[in-house]
This record gives sequence, C-alpha cells and structure tokens, in this order.
Amino acid sequence: MIAAIVVHDADNVATALEPINAGQTVEAGAARVTAIDSIPRGHKIALRDIAAGATVVKYGSPIGTASSAIAAGAHVHTHNVASARGRGDLHAAHAAPEVGIP
Amino acid sequence: MTRGPAFLGYARPDGSVGTRNHVLVVPTVICAAVVAERIAAAIAPIGAALPHLAGCGQIGPDLTVTHETLAAYARHPNVGAVVVVALGCEQVVAQQIADAARQAGRPAHIVSIQGEGGTPRATARGIDIARELADTLERVERTWCPVSSLVLSVKCGGSDYTSGLASNPAVGRVADTIVDLGGAVVLGEIAEIMGAEHLLAARASTPAAGAQLLRVVSRVEAEAMALGVDIRGTQPSPGNIRGGLTTIEEKSLGATHKAGERARLEDVVGYAAPITKRGLTVMDTPGLDVESVTGMVGGGAQIVVFTTGLGTPTGNPIAPVIKVTGNARTAQSMADNIDVDVSGILTAGEAFDGAARRLFNEVLEVASGRPTAAERLGHREFAIHRRNPTI
Repeated sequence: MIAAIVVHDADNVATALEPINAGQTVEAGAARVTAIDSIPRGHKIALRDIAAGATVVKYGSPIGTASSAIAAGAHVHTHNVASARGRGDLHAAHAAPEVGIP
Repeated sequence: MTRGPAFLGYARPDGSVGTRNHVLVVPTVICAAVVAERIAAAIAPIGAALPHLAGCGQIGPDLTVTHETLAAYARHPNVGAVVVVALGCEQVVAQQIADAARQAGRPAHIVSIQGEGGTPRATARGIDIARELADTLERVERTWCPVSSLVLSVKCGGSDYTSGLASNPAVGRVADTIVDLGGAVVLGEIAEIMGAEHLLAARASTPAAGAQLLRVVSRVEAEAMALGVDIRGTQPSPGNIRGGLTTIEEKSLGATHKAGERARLEDVVGYAAPITKRGLTVMDTPGLDVESVTGMVGGGAQIVVFTTGLGTPTGNPIAPVIKVTGNARTAQSMADNIDVDVSGILTAGEAFDGAARRLFNEVLEVASGRPTAAERLGHREFAIHRRNPTI
C-alpha cells in the first residue's frame, strides 16, 4: 500500500508522495484506488472517473478542466487537464501585433 | 518593555523598525552601478548597493517606478544611512533620492561621477563617505521591538508539489500569527493569485479591497492573454510542471496558502508602494522572483519568508530572505541555500503547528540579526519591474 495526499473532501485527485507503479493500490484519505498509470512523485492520481469537460478539483477548488475522459487511477497532468485561465492562444481576437526587429 | 513575542531591531527616527542597519549605496542610473558596487564592497557587509538597469531612457510610468523604488529603499527601515551615486546627466534625480532618506531622518550624501572627475575619484570619495557612515552605524545598538512593527513579505519560487502541501501552509500559519500580533503581511505575484482570487477576496475587510484585488488579477490575465499565447510555459514554469503542478490555478491555490487562512485582506497597492495597513496587503508585482521581492521590500517589508520546493538562491540587498522548503530531497541537495526544512510535514508526520512555531522563531531570530543562508552566500539580487520599452 502506498499513500497519496488528499487535501480537501471535495477533491477528485490526490498527490503521490512517492512514485506509484501501475497496478499498485493507493491509499488516499478515506479512499482506495488502483493506479492504472505510473505516477511520478508529486504528480496527481484520479480518485474517481472524471468525464471530459468536467472540473478537476484540488484544495477544494477548480484547478482546470478534463481535456479528455480521465479514469479512476489515471495520471492527471497536462496531457489530460486544461487550464481555464490566461489562455491567450484560444483568444486570437486578443492577439497583439507581432513584436520584432523591422 | 514590550509584552509578548519581540525581536531586537533598530528603532528609527520616523517610528519604523529595521531588522538590519545598512549603508545603502544607490546608483541613480545603470551608468553609476559599478562605482556604487565598489563603494558598497569596501564596507561589506554593512554596505549594500542597488545595481539596476534603469534610470535613463525611460518615459512615463517606468521612470516614476524607478524613482519611487530607489526612494523607497533610501528611507527603508533596514537602512541607516545613504550614499547616492550619480553620473550627472541622467533622468533620475539624485537630490530627490537623498531627500527621501533625509526626510526619514537618515544621513544622505551624493557623489557625482562627472562632478568628481571620473571613476577613481568618485569611487574614492564615495568610500571615504561610506566608511564614516559605517563607523557611526556600527555603534547603534538593537533594542527590543514588538512583532507589530514587522512587515513580513511572503514569497514562493521554484515551486513543486510540496510548496502547496507543506511549506506554504506552514508559512501561512506564521502570517496569521504575525497579523494576530498586530503586524503586517504582504503577498505579491498577481499571476500566481489567478485561480485563487475568490478565496482572498472572500477575506477582504472591505468590499473595495476585494473588488480591487479582482480588478488587478483580471488586468494581469488580460495582459497575458493579449500576447496571444498560452500562459502555460511561464505559469506554471517548465520546472513547476515537472514538479507535478498542472495549471496556474493549481499553482495559485497552493501559493496563496502562504498568506494565511485568517488574516483579512486590508489593501491592494502598486509596485513598491508603501504598505500602510496592518493585516494582509496584496502588492501588484510580476511573478519573476527578484522583481517581486524587490517590490515588496520597497513597500516596507523588513523580512522575507520565501518557500521553495525545487530550491532557489534569491536574496535582497537590504532585507533578509529566509528560505523554507517542504521537499526533503531539496533540503539535502541545496542545503547551503535552505534555512528551514519543513519536509517532515510530508515525510515524518510533523504537525503544521509545530513547523509554524519553528518558522516563527526563525523569523524572530533573523529579525534580531542572525544571517540567513542568502546573506551568508552574498545573494543580493535586485531588479526594478519595467513595463515599457527603453526609449
């Protein structure tokens, strides 16, 4: 059994304090979940299924949106979570003129 | 005689209290930076120079910010005397920097490189003046001062998963304690509030303070978006992402823990502007560590508590910067740069309250004169935030 930290009751992810191998059972607060991916130390594991487009919650607050369906036990990181903030790349209308040497 | 926790500080004529007693050597402009550094080095460690890249070729707000930041350091509680090193033809006015110091009751002198007739003569003249000032300052004794006279800057840099889970919540307890005792805390880095602003706004003591915080965060987000790129790449940084932080929201939620849980948000101020309220103030600084610390110290912070998961060396010319890590590997691998290891919170079951007590005692010891790792290693980073082009 390996432990991962859950900060808030509303969280649907936990943080791995040690590297977790796929197939290991993880004790995360009151929950137990089987890792389906390897999770590097300090990275997050899904505590339950998170639908594409659903909110990923840590510290009891939204930390982003699932960019694809995330299964319980999966590695949760930049490959499957999108930030909702500061996304100038999605708002081309805001784009400033290019800066460069004429 | 003060009651309750206290530290040994320098009581200033203007009522402020210093944790250090430096002779500050201020170049008005980049052209005077080398002379200023040589003068300060001649009276190390009491000498502190502020080498910077600005002071000329600036228009509008940037010139004002340069001027006000240098003036803020000249009247800072941690400064006992000032030598202003001018070139002679620059925009920043040496007399105004010297006047800021004198109005706060500190002796101030001006050395002009053009006026003295070149680098060797200006350096020699500056060293003569600085040595005399240092002799006087070295005779000043520390006295017991209440915690209510402290302005604590809280900062994080090189964050990883341990920052939000261990070191920042531990520092947050210290921030709450200092505010409970009548002191002030300042939090900067607006981009790293993005995603957690609702929690800070809910703690605002007035609707105006909460609304101002939300406005400043929106402005910074709009500025980032106007560049037409994904903010990810700098927020979180590549190192943050390797360390397990996925989005700016996650980084911010972890980062704002260091501003405590109870302390009310009293004020939102501009870069390096005076922190006048007790309780929590948010300062409009960028996320770049050195610019952020430079601004918060300019606002009056006499001491900085800086958490780091990955490890970082940043110091300041006049304020002690205490490095705290919640990462046991960093505590070992960068031991020379770390002052307080709170990794036991994650690895050894250390209680947050116990870690916070150790940290609070460290704040009082350092405020009373114990050198930090950054001070011992000579880390004196200083950078004034710039927003506009150099003309």
